[in-house]
Formats: sequence, C-alpha cells, structure tokens
Amino acid sequence: MGFLFEQDNFALFRDGFLQTIELSALSALLALLLGTLLAAFRVSPVPVLRAFGTAWVTLFRNTPLTLLFFAVTFGLPPLGVHFSHLVFAVLALGGYTASFVCEVIRSGINTVPLGQAEAARSLGMTFGQTLTLVVLPQAARTVLAPMSSVFIALPRNSAIAGAFSVGELYSAQQTFSERGYSIFAIFFWVACAYLLISATVATFFRFLESRLAVVR
Amino acid sequence: MRTSRTLAVALCAVALTATAACGKDGTPGATAASSGGSAAPALPSYTVKTDVKVDSPVIAEARKRGQLIIGAKADQPNLGWEDVASGDRSGFDIEIAKMIAADLGFTPQQIKWQTLVSSQREPAIAKGQIDFYVGTYSINDERKKSVSFAGPYYIAGQDLLVRADNTSITGPESVGGKNVCTATGSTSIKNIQQYNPKITQFDTYSACVEKLMSNEVDAVTTDDAILKGYASKYAPKLRVVGKPFTKENYGVGLNKDDKALRDAISDALKAHEDNGDWKKAYDATLGLSGSPAPEVPALDRY
Amino acid sequence: MSILNRPASAGVLYDAPGPKARARYRLFGVLSVLGILGLLWYVFAALDANGQFDPDLWDPFQYNFVQQMILDGLLATLKAFGLAAAFSLTLGALLAAGQLSDHKPVRWACTGIVQFFRAMPLLILIVALYYAFFAKQSMWALVIGLTLYNGAVQAEIIRSGVNAVPRGQGEAAYAIGMRKTQVMASILVPQAVRSMLPSMIGQLVVTLKDTSLGLIITYQELLFVGKKIASQPMNAAGFPYIPVVLVIGPIYIAMCLLLTALARWIEARGRRGANRRTSPAA
Repeated sequence: MGFLFEQDNFALFRDGFLQTIELSALSALLALLLGTLLAAFRVSPVPVLRAFGTAWVTLFRNTPLTLLFFAVTFGLPPLGVHFSHLVFAVLALGGYTASFVCEVIRSGINTVPLGQAEAARSLGMTFGQTLTLVVLPQAARTVLAPMSSVFIALPRNSAIAGAFSVGELYSAQQTFSERGYSIFAIFFWVACAYLLISATVATFFRFLESRLAVVR
Repeated sequence: MRTSRTLAVALCAVALTATAACGKDGTPGATAASSGGSAAPALPSYTVKTDVKVDSPVIAEARKRGQLIIGAKADQPNLGWEDVASGDRSGFDIEIAKMIAADLGFTPQQIKWQTLVSSQREPAIAKGQIDFYVGTYSINDERKKSVSFAGPYYIAGQDLLVRADNTSITGPESVGGKNVCTATGSTSIKNIQQYNPKITQFDTYSACVEKLMSNEVDAVTTDDAILKGYASKYAPKLRVVGKPFTKENYGVGLNKDDKALRDAISDALKAHEDNGDWKKAYDATLGLSGSPAPEVPALDRY
Repeated sequence: MSILNRPASAGVLYDAPGPKARARYRLFGVLSVLGILGLLWYVFAALDANGQFDPDLWDPFQYNFVQQMILDGLLATLKAFGLAAAFSLTLGALLAAGQLSDHKPVRWACTGIVQFFRAMPLLILIVALYYAFFAKQSMWALVIGLTLYNGAVQAEIIRSGVNAVPRGQGEAAYAIGMRKTQVMASILVPQAVRSMLPSMIGQLVVTLKDTSLGLIITYQELLFVGKKIASQPMNAAGFPYIPVVLVIGPIYIAMCLLLTALARWIEARGRRGANRRTSPAA
C-alpha cells in the first residue's frame, strides 16, 4: 500500500486522477449538450432530424466504446481533424454518452403529462418554447435518477482513454504495474479514486434531486 | 477499376461466411516481413535435441503438455512479426526462440506463440502464462526484481524514427517540444523525457508508426532494431536518425527462480552463437533492415 | 421495427403543421439532408484522398486465414457474452434478493457489493483479475469481470423493478398466507421482470459490447482480431485501422440490434400473454 508515497509515484497518481476528472467533466458537458440536442431532434416535427437522431443513437449505442476510440483516434486525422488526444477522447466518450443521455431525456419527455404540452400549445407557444419552457424542465425531475446512472458510468468508461494516450488513472495503473508494484496495492488505490469520483457524482445528483423535488 | 476492386474486397469481407467462398490462401508474394529481393539469405535450420535433461518445473510442465509457450511480439517487422494472412511468425527474436526451443527438445511445430505487449510481460512471466519471452526485452535491474534474464543475445540502442523529409530532428537533443510517440510503460519514455518532448503513448509501436505516417507525431522512439524494421518496411517514407543514445541488452525473460532453465537457455544461445546460426539468422532477418551483423554480445551468466 | 419510429409524444409537442409550417419543415428537411449528405461526401472524399480506400489496405480481408480469424473472434465474443450474460443474470437475481432481504447484515453486504462493483471501471477490474488470478485463462478474467459488474447493475434493475410493483400485490399475497419466498418468487419477481425486461436487455447489450475489453488482456475476441489485422499490415500501404473499423463496427452493431430485436420479440410475446388474461381495455 505504501508504494504510492515512494519516488514520484504520488505525482503520477495525482496527475492521473486529475486527468480522469478533467476528461470526465468535459465529456459530461459535451454529452449533456449533444444529448439534449439529439433528444430535441428525436421529438422534432422535421422527419429528417428525427431520422438523424435515431441513426446517431443506433450507431453510438451499439458500438463498443473501444471501437469508437479507434475510430476517433485513427479516423479523424485523415479527415483533417487534428486535436490533442484528450480532445479525441472527449469526442469519443462524449458522443457515446450523448446517445444514452438522449434516450434518457426522450423517455423523460414521454413521462410529462400530455396536458402540459397541450396547455403550452394552446397558449400559442412554438415547438421550441414548448420544449424548453414547459416540457424539459418537468422532464428534468423524472430523468434525474436514470441520468445519475449514466453519469456515474461516464468516469468509469473514461478508463478506456488510458489505452489511447491520455494519461489518466488507468494509464497510471499500467505504469505502476510496469514498475513492478503489487497488483493488489495498485488496485486498492485506483479503486479508492474511482469510488471517490462516483460517490461525488452520486451525492451531487442526490442534492439536485432534493433541490428539484416538488410535490406532484 | 480501383474502386471496383475495393468494393469487391469490401463485399467479400461483409459476406464473410464460414465457407469463406471468396477467400485467398497463403501469403502474398511481396508482403511478409522482409523487403529482401530474390537473393535474400536463407534462414538456418536447427537440429532438435532429444533426451534433454533440464531440471526445471517450467520445462517439465511444457513437456507434459507437449507444447512450449513462448511470448513474443507480433508487429515488429524483421524482429518479431506475425503474418496475418497465414499466422506465420518471422524475425530475429522468433529465430532466437526457435534455437532455444530446439535445444530444449521442442520442434517449431511444438511452439505455441503468445503475443504480448510490453506492459504485459512481467506479469505474464511471473504468473506462468508463458514459459519464456523473447521480444525486444531489455535487461535491467528493475525488471530483475520480478523476472530473470538469459542473455544478452543482442545489443540495441534507443533511437528515433522520423519521416524521410524531416531534417529538423537529428538526435535526442533536437526533440524538445516535438511530438514523440512510444509504448505505454516502456523504458524508452524515461530516457526521452529528459529532452522535454511532448509524449504520446500507445500500447503498440505500430500505432505510433501509423501516427508518424499520418503526420500526427514527429518521431517514434524506441530501440533501433525495432525502428529499422519499420523503416525498411515503409521505405522510402521513413528513416532512422541513426544516433542511438542508450544501450539496451536484449535478453530472454523467464521465471525469476528457475536457474536451471536460465542456464539451459544460456547454453543454447552460446551453442548457436558459436556454430554460426546466430549470424545466419541475423542476416536473414534483421540484416534485411540494412545493417550488417554486429559482434555477438558476451553472455552474462548470473 | 422502423428506424424512423415515431416518438410517442411527437403529436403533443407541436400543432399539426399547416401549409406554411409544412413548407418550412420541408425546407428544413431538404437543408438537413443536403447538410448530412455533404458531410458524408466530405468524409468519403477525404478518406479516399487519404488513400483509405486503396485496395492494398483492404487486402487482408481477402484471405481465408483472416476471414477464419474474424469468425473465430466472433465466436469467442459470443462465448464470453453467453457465459457473462447467464452468470450476471444469476448473480443479479441473488444480489437483488439479498438487497431485499429482511436481515440487515445481508442487506448491507449486498448493497455494499452492488455499489462497489457499479463504481469500479470494468477495464480496471478485468485487468486486475487477469494479472492477479487468471493470467492463464484470460477468458475467465473477462467473464468474471463482466459478471461482477453487470450482475451488480442487473441487481439494481431487478430491485427497482420489485419495488415498483404496486404494494397491494405483495400485501394481498401476504394476506392469503404466502411466505416471503413465495411472495417474491411467484408474485413480485415475475411482474418485476416483465416491467424491467427492456432495461435488463439494454444491460445485456452493454455486456455484449463490453466483451471487447477482452482485447486488453489478450482474449482473442472480435476487436482483438481487428486490432491485430490493423497493427500487422500485410503490405507497405499502411495500417488498415479505418478499414478494420468499417468492417468490425457493423458486425458489433448488427449483433446488438439482433439482441435488441430479440428482446422486443420476447417483450411482445409476454405482453400478448398478459393481455390474454386480462379483459381488453376499452
């Protein structure tokens, strides 16, 4: 257990931890924005946009994340897209998670009582207004629980980025393992770090839930 | 024409069936690991020894299962290479492994190859997943804590692989701020870090070389033996800078406590170095990368 | 199953379009089609200009040996998935039962296990299992890793399903003298499974996709084979990473869609059975 405090191991571990948090936070942001947009596409009156949303979700939900990382890391540079590996990882992870966020929001929209949207429309609101002012704020409450599992899953999934030149916790684990420390000790510390992250995310969502809770 | 052939291949891949109706057999002529012409030097053949006595639990186990499990690399041309179209292995490390296997009483058919990336080597050896490992494995004190080494059988040095038109990188001193790629967890990282490059890491060198060819990184750094293979495979697109700045002693990695096996492997290396097989194997593999055979390194028995 | 499946609430969110709105939607539609086609064309053209459709790069897929390797990889993926699916559903049921137990220590232990494995990255779990216990049998490191993680998730799904069954159902069962085990086995769980089937199948799709992590521990599944083809090119044309993604990706998508379709079919059958027993709603 003590190996963490020898040599420069702690610095490596800390950098990996921070990188995991940075990667997860950026991907979460992208996933949330893109996922909401995709959900809007999927319920929009324009058939082409609906088809696009469906195609995106089908494509990204059914492809292994590792394969997506391959596609982004080796597929984007030939298209003239040159970013750092962190940005590539954010794109892969964010795009993947967005498809899950989209589905969660869409099913949340479906739980909002029909009368709400009808009332909004009868006030003369447009599709955009109905969605952003009436339906989504109400859907937000019901989607919190499934959304929290999506965002607890995200930092976990971010470990795959370690195999694609992002110096996060998994790559720190690889380096420690290469340096010959006991696998159990390494696993202990890495597990602690991830448990801390996921506990923080879970607490945050519980806080949101209590803030947004209303009697219905 | 070009597109239609691509289409045919794509369809073929999509319509992949158990009968593989549209498949081709074997290895295409111009591929393989070697870029050598018709006058390519022939590989030596090794006489398989019978009734070998090695007091090693690993070998006893291997004999019981009738198979020797050797760890190797699969993506290093002329060194440790596996042809995906036939599953055949070739390269200098592969030849060294075959020599040793022959002296331990195993035919090439009795070898089961196991591809392992650099970061998996120590655990695989320590846990007995493989019997021994031959694949650009530098001997160092840190690794000696978890495995032991027979050898060295070759001396390499860390060098840089760049695109042929790159004249700005002339050695390790000139990589400051440049984007340099290497394998996750390898010793090459530590050696290059002092020159302050931006480091990209993948688990295989082939990913690095692909990034080099697509202009994503400026150089790939690892042992020259590995780099020369890529340079000759992708000539004239790539070249090796040619200023090795470390000394890497390649050894055969094996179980830490198995002194009998280590001695047996050292004996096998010695015998084949003395009878000329080592040189023949070098000429037919690494030699194709363009450098003449070096002196045979002296074995370090401990 | 239509790919353009109509969103359930679509009709509610906007008025039936009049002539002007229809024209506007059509304009949007045409513009987005043009945009998407333009993007696809750009991707194709850029990849082509980059030489990614060079036949030499696609050459490996022509060989019997490579095709056999892909098939073997596919089978290895399905094998790991089958084992992990069976084990994770079993473990999920056990853990869910534990979480709903009346004995506090059992409940706490099971909740702890579920929360721990839900939070651990599968990749790190699998790698740790591989290095610590299963260096010789990478498949079991993968299967056990998948089982622990997906079992924990399935347990959560089953538990929330059981909790979502109307309370009257359980109370009625207790009232007619059933024991806890009977209430669970014959009243609550069957209803919970029916309502939770979509989520459970969704998790099975995740399990199937996650078998690809076997790549990291040298389990020779589909993606491992793909990576091998990409990193050991047969000729000097370069590394066929993009061809491999274009070949392997659709195989995974097809497998997942098949699994989803199977789930829909089972769900539809279940619903039909349920409808037969209840009187049709007006």
